[in-house]
Amino acid sequence: MRAAAREPSLRRLSPHAREPGCGSSWLRARGAAVMAALGFATGSGNWFSALALGVTLLKCLLIPTYHSTDFEVHRNWLAITHSLPISQWYYEATSEWTLDYPPFFAWFEYALSHVAKYFDQEMLNVHNLNYSSSRTLLFQRFSVIFTDVLFVYAVHECCKCVDGKKAGKELTEKPKFILSVLLLWNFGLLIVDHIHFQYNGFLFGLMLLSIARLFQKRHVEGALLFAVLLHFKHIYLYVAPAYGIYLLRSYCFTANKPDGSIRWNSFSFVRLTSLGLIVFLVSALSLGPFLALEIIMWCYPSPTVNPALMYVDPYKEFLNIYISKTLNNQHGLELKLLDPNKIPKASMTSGLVQQFQHTVLPSVTPLATLICTLMAILPSVFCLWFKPQGPRGFLRCLILCALSSFLFGWHVHEKAILLAVLPMSLLSVGKAGDASIFLILTTTGHYSLFPLLFTAPELPIKILLMLLFTIYSISSLKTLFRKEKPLFNWMETFYLLGLGPLEVFCEFVFPFTSWKLKYPFIPLLLTSVYCAVGITYAWFKLYVSVLTDPPVGKTKKQ
Amino acid sequence: MEKWHLMATVVLIGLTVRWTVSLNSYSGAGKPPMFGDYEAQRHWQEITFNLPVEQWYFNSSDNNLQYWGLDYPPLTAYHSLLCAYVAKFINPDWIALHSSRGYESQAHKLFMRTTVLIADLLIYIPAVVLYCCCLKEISTKKKIANALCILLYPGLILIDYGHFQYNSVSLGFALWGVLGVSCDWDLLGSLAFCLAINYKQMELYHSLPFFCFLLGKCFKKGLKGKGFVLLIKLACTVVACFILCWLPFFTEREQLLQVLRRLFPVDRGLFEWIYRKMDKVANIWCSFSIFLKIKDILPRHIQIVISFCFTFLSLLPACIKLTLQPSPKGFRFTLVSCALSFFLFSFQVHEKSILLVSLPVCLVLSEIPFMSTWFLLVSTFSMLPLLLKDELLMPSVVTTMAFFIACAVSFSIFEKTSEEELQLKSFSISVRKYLPCFTFLPRIIQYLFLISVISMVLLTLITVTLEPPQKLPDLFSVLVCFVSCLNFLFFLVYFNIIIMWDSKNGRNQKKIN
Repeated sequence: MRAAAREPSLRRLSPHAREPGCGSSWLRARGAAVMAALGFATGSGNWFSALALGVTLLKCLLIPTYHSTDFEVHRNWLAITHSLPISQWYYEATSEWTLDYPPFFAWFEYALSHVAKYFDQEMLNVHNLNYSSSRTLLFQRFSVIFTDVLFVYAVHECCKCVDGKKAGKELTEKPKFILSVLLLWNFGLLIVDHIHFQYNGFLFGLMLLSIARLFQKRHVEGALLFAVLLHFKHIYLYVAPAYGIYLLRSYCFTANKPDGSIRWNSFSFVRLTSLGLIVFLVSALSLGPFLALEIIMWCYPSPTVNPALMYVDPYKEFLNIYISKTLNNQHGLELKLLDPNKIPKASMTSGLVQQFQHTVLPSVTPLATLICTLMAILPSVFCLWFKPQGPRGFLRCLILCALSSFLFGWHVHEKAILLAVLPMSLLSVGKAGDASIFLILTTTGHYSLFPLLFTAPELPIKILLMLLFTIYSISSLKTLFRKEKPLFNWMETFYLLGLGPLEVFCEFVFPFTSWKLKYPFIPLLLTSVYCAVGITYAWFKLYVSVLTDPPVGKTKKQ
Repeated sequence: MEKWHLMATVVLIGLTVRWTVSLNSYSGAGKPPMFGDYEAQRHWQEITFNLPVEQWYFNSSDNNLQYWGLDYPPLTAYHSLLCAYVAKFINPDWIALHSSRGYESQAHKLFMRTTVLIADLLIYIPAVVLYCCCLKEISTKKKIANALCILLYPGLILIDYGHFQYNSVSLGFALWGVLGVSCDWDLLGSLAFCLAINYKQMELYHSLPFFCFLLGKCFKKGLKGKGFVLLIKLACTVVACFILCWLPFFTEREQLLQVLRRLFPVDRGLFEWIYRKMDKVANIWCSFSIFLKIKDILPRHIQIVISFCFTFLSLLPACIKLTLQPSPKGFRFTLVSCALSFFLFSFQVHEKSILLVSLPVCLVLSEIPFMSTWFLLVSTFSMLPLLLKDELLMPSVVTTMAFFIACAVSFSIFEKTSEEELQLKSFSISVRKYLPCFTFLPRIIQYLFLISVISMVLLTLITVTLEPPQKLPDLFSVLVCFVSCLNFLFFLVYFNIIIMWDSKNGRNQKKIN
């Protein structure tokens, strides 16, 4: 563009240039245009696309890595949705990996399967258990990478919500830049989605997008996105209380009293109805067809009646379906001390729902965990109601909900920590206190994902990526908040540094000791306990900061 | 350095990319009876571990030289021996004499890949980081960006971690040499460079600029005073280093000759060796054989003389200039042009030898980002047939794109195509004395870049998707070689122009010191 602008003046100045210019004017214009286009596409100003492209390329490089049984789970779902009628989707049980996500995810798989048939028809056969050709692998991996476009867009929207007031002069010190790196290059998402294999990327994209919409005061859109998200994967129910209360308090009530408390007469019934309508319509769209089929089947009973809605009923889901990896669980307050002799062999690697009797501590019933979770969530929800602090307060409440359910919930998978880590990134670039909580939470949370990858070739990848993310996040946030007090006190520093020796012991020392055969679970146990301490600490610290923060009205006065 | 953490991030990105590439296939995986370079390296471990030093380079019942006989200098052999000791500790089957031939397993692959990573981490990567930190006149951010681009150079990553070789060791030593010589630690620099030569004889491509630069330095200091002392010191260092490396082979004259014969197999013919492997090299002789079969027309000794003359003539001007006006900047450019001359004209070139040109080009990345990026892309492209044979298409495309994006973003190369930024200012001014309308050079270069990139992309697509016609099974790989060769010839001219028209004022001469 610069070259094109310079051209006329250049001609005016030098009459000599005209003669050759005549012949090459077309060439000049075209050359300049193409170069400008190339420069625009990859230019220095466009750092966001460079970051996104960079991480996409890294994801492509991860294609040949190890993948877990989730790969087969999703292949099976592709096959089920492609080759069976809708009424059979939730009944099909040829494979042990039955379809157990809400209907939108089933439709998503259905849509994918129509692309998959151009790659390899064989992967769409329900009876082809554990089928994995190179084309299947490519298709599945690329489907994850491609659907991550939504995540990238959501991150882009989230970056707009960050205020750039504190922006340093340098690009790498701007909160927007740091936030987009923290989200796009998130270690947990990379290894869970692109090595272990799952579709969390676009789901978290939906969540971040809905959060961004709430930040932009587009509440209806945010609610719609979250309702859709719930029908993709029910794990997001954990954070639903935050959404419900926030929308009710800050959207349905249009005004506050000067001291920040609620003004009851400002209630808008129209707004509440519109929200209710959205939730109802989305649910009808998702569950409706299956409900209708169920009624038909009830009217004309078939020999094998199996309540399909068992699988999608949210409450049952909440209690039953959560996949457990036994010792991998990160239960902070109810550490499962298991007797090694009683662990079924298959359970170490399988992802099926299994129940265990705790041998040392008393067994915890689902109901008890539910009550615990609700108790833990309640104060934060109360805070959101009585001390509304705008979208940031909502975000804190959301993170607290996610963390509380992670700590107290029943059969929580360690991957669920991402539910807290990703939204926390948004907070971390805003305030030094939040940054310190974020760093503790992220580092320990990510470290707790290490047991997901246990094969030797992936060992360097997970260590390198973890180091990459941790060094970057700590150093960049330190630079961002260098004028304030240090992010960590000595105890936190000591704790975080302890992760290094722990990793060395678990991966490099323990396999050569004689305990390996007798107590094979010790590394997992140590990792669990160590990380649980950090996560509980971060949860506690965040709770304290939420409860002690003055309401927004007072801070404005000060 | 105040931004060490960003540098650490960059290094970690480089390491991650390296390791992820190494998860892919290697040369000759599951292809008996000869396998590939991976098996060659494993075989050398077997030979050096099980046989006494005297037999390493000799054909015997235990050491069949036809099957990947050792044909690299002693340091490679010592390195193999070191790796063999580790292998013995982990699993003795990997290096058992005879019975381990063609041994392949996941664990062994992991072991071999780890040895490359460790060598890289110890030698090449520190040299790159240090080199970028020593660059002057550019901001810290640019230094880090520069390090990122050099570490992401796809050619080296793909050959070392995909195809399987230890180029990072020899190139790393050469880089330490460049670093030492540019920073006026001449003895350390020449020591490092001697190690490089003793690791891989191909490093001789770089030897002439080193020699000329050091000689020029001695001249500059005055041959009668300090310069002479320096010269003597340098000579002693080089001789001592060589003697140390070759010590076990000094027992007999025959030993020494045999090693040399293995290192420089002159009797193999102009590209007979290459034909045997069915590979094509993007040098002059291979490309011109499309039109003219030099190999059949001329006897072998004339071929050697011709190739020698061409090489010598093409690198003479740059070397003379460097000797007369030694400067770190001129040194780096001369390294490029000499290595390129050797690659294009010399005898018995391997397509992987382009890495020897790419290394010095990486060093001038911050000075002429546009041209360097272009060259590095072409150099990776020229190895396409080799990479395709090793089933490395996916990592090649991905790493090349990553490298391109890294360069484009960190140097904004498309805005740096003016005469000044292409370092063609003085050349254009001197041409304009005779041809006043000579103002279109940058635009021509932009156009050539577009044509070159488009042709590379198209050829890659064609090679990947289409089957070559029955009559010409090598059509695509020959085309790839031909296109790359044309590009390289253009670059040879370009780099020579830069060297010859390098402005004599001292402003540019203190980039590194």
